[in-house]
Amino acid sequence: MRQQQFEAENQVLWDEIAQLMDDLQRSRSKRRLPHTLHLGFPDRYRQLCNHYALARSRGFSPALIDQLHGLVLRGHRLLYRQQGGWRWRVLYFILGGFPRAVRRNGGYFALSLLFFLLPALLMGVGCYLQEDLIYTVMDENMVAQMETNYDPTNERPGRSIERSSETDFTMFGYYILNNIGIGFRTFATGILLGVGTLFILLFNGLVIGGVAGHLSQLGYHETFWPFVSGHGAFELTAIVICGAAGLLLGHAVIAPGQRTRVQALREHAEESLQLVMGAALMLLAAAFIEAFWSSSTLQPTIKYSVATLLWLGVALYLMLMGREDHGSR
Amino acid sequence: MQAGVTEGRSIEQLDTLWRYEIPEGVLLDFRLAGPVVRACAWAIDAALRGVIYLVLVMVLVLLGGIGTALMLIGFFLIEWFYPVVFEIHNGATPGKRAMGILVIQDNGTPVTPSASVIRNLLRTADFLPFLYATGLVAMLINREFKRLGDLAAGTLVVYCDEQHERIDPPLAMARKPPIELSETEQLTLLAFAERGENLSIGRREELAELLVEQTGLQDGKAVDALYAYANWILKGR
Repeated sequence: MRQQQFEAENQVLWDEIAQLMDDLQRSRSKRRLPHTLHLGFPDRYRQLCNHYALARSRGFSPALIDQLHGLVLRGHRLLYRQQGGWRWRVLYFILGGFPRAVRRNGGYFALSLLFFLLPALLMGVGCYLQEDLIYTVMDENMVAQMETNYDPTNERPGRSIERSSETDFTMFGYYILNNIGIGFRTFATGILLGVGTLFILLFNGLVIGGVAGHLSQLGYHETFWPFVSGHGAFELTAIVICGAAGLLLGHAVIAPGQRTRVQALREHAEESLQLVMGAALMLLAAAFIEAFWSSSTLQPTIKYSVATLLWLGVALYLMLMGREDHGSR
Repeated sequence: MQAGVTEGRSIEQLDTLWRYEIPEGVLLDFRLAGPVVRACAWAIDAALRGVIYLVLVMVLVLLGGIGTALMLIGFFLIEWFYPVVFEIHNGATPGKRAMGILVIQDNGTPVTPSASVIRNLLRTADFLPFLYATGLVAMLINREFKRLGDLAAGTLVVYCDEQHERIDPPLAMARKPPIELSETEQLTLLAFAERGENLSIGRREELAELLVEQTGLQDGKAVDALYAYANWILKGR
């Protein structure tokens, strides 16, 4: 069959498919063609693919092949796109998917915890015993700033004097920008053989442990520990989870096993994304608690009780939620 | 990746064409976007983001404490999710759209939300140590110009091939070519006929005169002869 005959016979079908695809690209409520036509789309699309293959193998003109290629490309995108249902997926993720993902990657979590907790404990004890040790990880200005923040004479513990006039809302925004950003960076730099993640974990461990030890040694526990104990449940756990996600990426690059590096990276990236997104939600919760609860000037006993509940809650959530689905871990 | 025609192999190796066989058994071609066009798109986006930052600051600073909070949350969202929002919506940020490129999955389908989040979170790593140096190195050492984020997310950045209006070859008497033509030669003639009207007259004649030994014709006559052969290939007789 010559090209012109082929075109004359099939032009109607191509026009119909183009129209149908225009209609399918509109949002559901704005579609004009009847639903039965939409149902016929996969069949017509396969017919179109057939024509495209014919046109190519018979050496029809480039312009015709381009035209059909364009139609097939549009059809391919329409037929195989994923859409909808994300609200339910978010809910299921929070209720079960996220804790399951954390448990599945318990090894990475443990390693991440080790790289965070060990330097924190060592630095904490060190700074408690040795007054000057804090200056090895922070400069003088930062130390002075931190000391005024938690000075028992400061009316709003946890905030610097200049910030004290700002509202809790402002701090909420600041914690989101800063803390979730740190979480994301902890994850992303894991792709560099895990080195970035380990560095961030280690550094944060040193600084956080150092600050805690230093302030306790100064006798500021009354202001420091009640302030950080509540949101710490979410914040510290989330940072460790982000670390686990980063290590997952790094592992794929260093030791892909039986797969190609790219293949391993893709699989691990999908898995680690669940960890990061869950951790981001936890950091959001932490920001909320830190801004509106931690900064309140309630009795330390009340704050410690709530903190205990929060830590317990986070631990139980991560250990138990999402187990009922067909015995999955 | 299999090359379709063996004789075209060397061209395909040079070309930045990416070929994917879809489940229906036909090949789709994508033109991959290289570092330069993507850098331009990024620069446009950076400028746009700068403007959004500025507007945010100017408007929200008037609102006091809550305004500052919204501003900071806005900074956070723009820093991390500006590209995600646009990519999920139509595959391209405004900068990419302006440069005529878009993000797709490496099976030719639209980019999925999770892939978009992965590739954009990993920008942090690609950016290191300065101005996407890591990303550039990654792009240059794989065939598909993927930066680290694209490798992990399984995404590609390609040119959006907008549908061109088809130009029919100029009407001319169909005439049988004087010699037997191979398939590639026939395709070349057809391509010449279909695209000739987009070329300047001088260039068109220059190209047609390449065949002076076969046709024995020059100038406009050479062009007309090629059009006639192309018509014969299309219609027969």
